Amino acid sequence: MDETVAEFIKRTILKITMNELITILKAWDFLSESQLQTINFRQRKESVVQHLVRLCEEKHASLNDAALLDIIYTQFHQHQKVWDVFQMSKGPGEDVDLFDIKQFKNSFKKILQRALKNSAQETKENAVWFESAWGNSNSQTCILTQTSRTPSSAPPARARTLWGQALTVASKHHQIVKMDLRSRYLDSLKAIVFKQYQTFETHNSTTPLQERNLGLDINMDSRIIHENIVEKERVQQITQETFGDYPQPQLEFAQYKLETKFKSDLNRSILAEREEPLRCLIKFSSPHLLEALKSLAPAGIADAPLSPLLTCIPNKRMNYFKIRDK
Amino acid sequence: MSVLRPLDKLPSLNTATILLVGTEDALLQQLADSMLKEDCASELKVHLAKSLPLPSSVNRPRIDLIVFVVNLHSKYSLQNTEESLHHVDASFFLGKVCFLATGAGRESHCSIHRHTVVRLAHSYQSPLLYCDLEKQGRGSCQAQLKRCCLQEPQLPIPR
Repeated sequence: MDETVAEFIKRTILKITMNELITILKAWDFLSESQLQTINFRQRKESVVQHLVRLCEEKHASLNDAALLDIIYTQFHQHQKVWDVFQMSKGPGEDVDLFDIKQFKNSFKKILQRALKNSAQETKENAVWFESAWGNSNSQTCILTQTSRTPSSAPPARARTLWGQALTVASKHHQIVKMDLRSRYLDSLKAIVFKQYQTFETHNSTTPLQERNLGLDINMDSRIIHENIVEKERVQQITQETFGDYPQPQLEFAQYKLETKFKSDLNRSILAEREEPLRCLIKFSSPHLLEALKSLAPAGIADAPLSPLLTCIPNKRMNYFKIRDK
Repeated sequence: MSVLRPLDKLPSLNTATILLVGTEDALLQQLADSMLKEDCASELKVHLAKSLPLPSSVNRPRIDLIVFVVNLHSKYSLQNTEESLHHVDASFFLGKVCFLATGAGRESHCSIHRHTVVRLAHSYQSPLLYCDLEKQGRGSCQAQLKRCCLQEPQLPIPR
């Protein structure tokens, strides 16, 4: 096992925190149970790392195995990266072939290896994870899921074209296009892209929807009378129709780039007389954007129905918008 | 168009009715809860409404005090209040209306200047109270409201 591999494994293990270490090593499945049991995980971290590297040397870990460890680390820490989504499509008139994963892997690997020295891949659930050129700033992780949609973490432009070409050719598609959808949460991206959010399950269950039905709870105190019950029910109904009953997929922001002429109620405002469009960027951010939007009208902060620009996000599979005058 | 008039009904015996008008239901609910917790000489009823006019189909007692709740963080809340004020008869403003501004404690979140609400209260000749349910004890807020309502009755409330 040469120096670079040892160094790579060491750096990857150092990134992992002690409490995750055993889980990740088990998922990696490179060192056997008995080998793992020889390690005293209560020592200082440096000693544990050295011991692990020694074990890997004994087992002749290859570059591939080291890369696999890095991929598994990324899988555990998916929320630390922001993922872009790309869409591959066939040219007009081409049929959708049955996707042969083995053939794809081989051809993809060959294409990449011609250009970049290092790449590795691993299959998990229904997705194939790829990583290439790790260890420097060019490293990129890419996940291919099902067909024709690919989330991938932001690569620099040069690498991106290479990846794009490799993917398209290997999977026999015609072209690859970047979608205007970005988020830290892979599950949410997948749910939105494949329109599966009606049955979407989040890992951490947020407060149940019933608690947000403000004002429609049977009031404990009969001395409090709600005058606008009809209105509240209307708002509740509209919200339900727009957002549905299910928990929303998790996005952190929505960005609107406006290039429209300024419209004003006041006559002869300086800005309204400009001929060129006004450039303006509006960004909504939240730990859970769609749930926040859903609760705006029931909380009384906004009128129902909400602007379609906000409610179309999961439907249109975008959270970056460019708005121009028609 | 139903306009609220102060004297169009007979007063109920030993009862005071307060109407809270504001866009944020959770806030109104909190205010109502804390008001009812306090001891009161007469029986207190609280009505919560998002805006005026009130639905006319309901049979409701005479309203003794209207409190317009404005959230300084929300322009929507101020706009709602200004529109609702049109549906209140002028004679209500002889001591039966009060303005309550919330959220003044967090300056950075305020999109309405305090002065705007001060001017509004001044133009309607009604008192303006400040309340921050997060910071202050709720006690001080509704104590002020109680004083407003019960110490300036237009008709004596029989004991």
